[in-house]
Amino acid sequence: MYEGELSPGQELQTLVKASVTKVQLLRYAGASGDDNLIHTDVETAKSVGLDGVIAHGMLSMGFLGQFLTDLAGPDGVKRLSVRFAGMVHLGDVISCKGVVRAVERQEGDRTRATLAIWAENQQGERVTTGEAEIWLAVRQR
Amino acid sequence: MAIDRSIIGRESPPAVFEVEKGAIRRFAAAIGDETPAFARGEIAPPTFPTTFRSPVPGLALDLRRVLHGGEEYVYERPLRAGDVLHVTRRIEDCYEREGSLGKMTFYIVSAEGQDGDGEIVYRSRTTIIYR
Repeated sequence: MYEGELSPGQELQTLVKASVTKVQLLRYAGASGDDNLIHTDVETAKSVGLDGVIAHGMLSMGFLGQFLTDLAGPDGVKRLSVRFAGMVHLGDVISCKGVVRAVERQEGDRTRATLAIWAENQQGERVTTGEAEIWLAVRQR
Repeated sequence: MAIDRSIIGRESPPAVFEVEKGAIRRFAAAIGDETPAFARGEIAPPTFPTTFRSPVPGLALDLRRVLHGGEEYVYERPLRAGDVLHVTRRIEDCYEREGSLGKMTFYIVSAEGQDGDGEIVYRSRTTIIYR
């Protein structure tokens, strides 16, 4: 994404993720080192009053990370900040969305965009909400 | 449970983590992120620092009662395969709040990752909710 392609108020292109599966949660638990069994073991989830396992909050943040790198490239993210507002369940289809808040030229001839971002489920409920800053590439003249 | 605010300010000694190619690939695959630089294991996805697990000084929590309230990462540069990071954690704050589920304790834990040259690569801030 180049400087000039984003402007305040602009809606960003939605990233729709594949539905959350048990295999994905097992893989994410292993890859991230999160041993909390409420994400992988139904008995443990039920023992704390849940209907079943819930996804790691960090998985939905990972989806938002992908949303940002799709825009800014793998090395273009400056800041990513989220609040985990709701639970993600097996089978949920998560969409990552965002709106441009500001675009500012920084020192060193770089341009930074500030974005409001969120992940929502198939009911349109925002499960993870936050803010991000990305670097935009400057076109060579 | 009475909260012990004396833990505020406690800092861990640095824990050392090497960013490995295979670990990057598995992490990106688990998220379902097929960005080529991640799939090749060259650059780590933004949330990769979550894989750096080290104890928080003064916190020994029952995982089943832990909720992750929020997370923030600020990056000075992306993490790359081969980076060796020295990660320190610090308890920034703890306080009690009455919520819909009763009394809950909030812990704010920061972390900082430095590379082998002592340059800061990223900072994080985690909100842990204990119910």
